[in-house]
Amino acid sequence: MIPQAFHYEAPTNLEGAIALLQKYGSDAKIMSGGHSLIPMMKLRLATPEHVIDISGIQGLEYIQEEGGTLKIGALTKEVALEESSLILEKYPLIADATKMIADPSVRNLATVGGNLAHGDSANDHPAVMLALRATVVAAGPNGDREIPIDDFFLGFFTTALEADEILTEIRIPIPPAQSGGAYLKMERKVGDYATAAAAVQLSLDAAGKCAQIGIGLTNVSAAPMRATRSEDLLRGQVLTEELIQEAAKMAAQDCDPNPDLRGSIAYKRSIVKTYTARAIHKALERAGA
Amino acid sequence: MANITIHINGVPQTLDVEPRLLLVHLIRENLNLTGTHVGCDTSSCGACTVLMDGRSVKSCTVYAVQANGKEIMTIEGLAQGGLHPLQEGFKEEHGLQCGFCTPGMIMRCVDLLERNPNPTEEEIRWGISGNLCRCTGYNNIVKAVEYAAKKMQGAEVPAETVA
Repeated sequence: MIPQAFHYEAPTNLEGAIALLQKYGSDAKIMSGGHSLIPMMKLRLATPEHVIDISGIQGLEYIQEEGGTLKIGALTKEVALEESSLILEKYPLIADATKMIADPSVRNLATVGGNLAHGDSANDHPAVMLALRATVVAAGPNGDREIPIDDFFLGFFTTALEADEILTEIRIPIPPAQSGGAYLKMERKVGDYATAAAAVQLSLDAAGKCAQIGIGLTNVSAAPMRATRSEDLLRGQVLTEELIQEAAKMAAQDCDPNPDLRGSIAYKRSIVKTYTARAIHKALERAGA
Repeated sequence: MANITIHINGVPQTLDVEPRLLLVHLIRENLNLTGTHVGCDTSSCGACTVLMDGRSVKSCTVYAVQANGKEIMTIEGLAQGGLHPLQEGFKEEHGLQCGFCTPGMIMRCVDLLERNPNPTEEEIRWGISGNLCRCTGYNNIVKAVEYAAKKMQGAEVPAETVA
C-alpha cells in the first residue's frame, strides 16, 4: 500500500514546527512515531500534503513527578512508559494499558502524545487519561495552553487542538494514598484494537469510602468517553458488589458502540459491563481495600 | 525528493528518496537486501522487522525519511564471523519451517535479548507477540530463543555482534 505523495519536513525545534503549521494550516499533519498516521496514509484515509515529523525535537521525552503532578512529555515512547519504574510502581492503570497497546516493536516507536492527539476512541490512552483526569498542554504561536482532558476529545477523530497547535505534555494529578487503577481490554489478538476496554482510577478516604473515581471507556463511542453516571453513582460510597454491578450496567447502557467484525452492539455492551466491574475490583484491590 | 543518509548494517548510504517511500521498500528495492520480508503490510505480522538504533521496528510502517541519520540493521548484518547465536538457535532447535517470518522474528529477538538477556518462556512469548509464524506453533521458536539466551550468557559471543 503506497500513500499519496506528500512533502516532508523535520523541524528540530518546537518554534520551527509551529511556524510550519502556521504556513500550511490544515494541509499539514504532525507525525511523531507515525504508528497511527502512517497506517491511515497507506489506506489513503489520511492524505496530508505536508507531514511535519517532530520526532527530532529534543526535550519532549520524559516521565517525571513535579509538585503534585506527573508530567509526561508528548514524545515519550510507549516502551519508555512500559519500562519506567515510576509508572510500574505508582501508576498501574498506565502500566496495564501500555503493555496492551499494539506489540513490542510498535511500542518502540509509538508515542503517548500521538496516541492522544490522533483523537481515536479506539486508542488506549484516551480512556486512561480520562480516568486519571489528566490535562494536556498544547503549544501554539501564542505560547502554551492547558486543556482539561474532558474538553480535549470533541468527536470522531477530532480534538481541541487548533491547526497551529502541537500537544507537548500530559499532566496527571499524583494520586493520593489509598489509590488504585486498572485497565482491562478485550482484544481478539495481540495488536488489535479493543473490542471494548475499561480504564478505572479510584481513591479511598479514611473511612474506606470511594473519595474519587474516574472511568474511561475505549472504542465504544465516536469520541473517547467517560462513564459519568457510573462515576457519580460510586463517588462517596462504600463500593459494595451491588453498587459496582449497577455502575457497570450504567456504563454498558451509556456507551454507544458500533457493530463490526469485533462484535455486535449487544456483545460490546456486555463486555463493557463485565470489564468495568472487573476493573473496579482490581483498582480497589490495588488501593488496598 | 529528500536526501537522506542511513547507516545500513554499518555502511553509510546516501540516497535521494520520495518521502512516501517506506523503509522496507528502501531496504528491499533500493538496497537489494531481500532478507527483510513484506508480509501483511499493516504492522501486524512482523515479517518486516529490522533494528533502528538498536530497537526493533516494523519497517512497513516507517518512512525511509524517518531513518535519516539512524543505524538500521537487517538480518544480513547480523552474522559476523559466523552465525549469530539467534541464527544458530533457530537452526539447532528447528525454529523455522518455511522461513518467511524468520528474519523478522530473529531481529525482534535481538532487541528482546538485549533488554532482557535471560527471559522466561512467558517473556519470550510476550516479546514475540507482534511476530506471526504460521508454521511452527512457536514452540521451537521459543526453544531457539532460549538456546541463544544461554549461549549469549556464556559470554562466548563478542558484544558487538549483539545489536
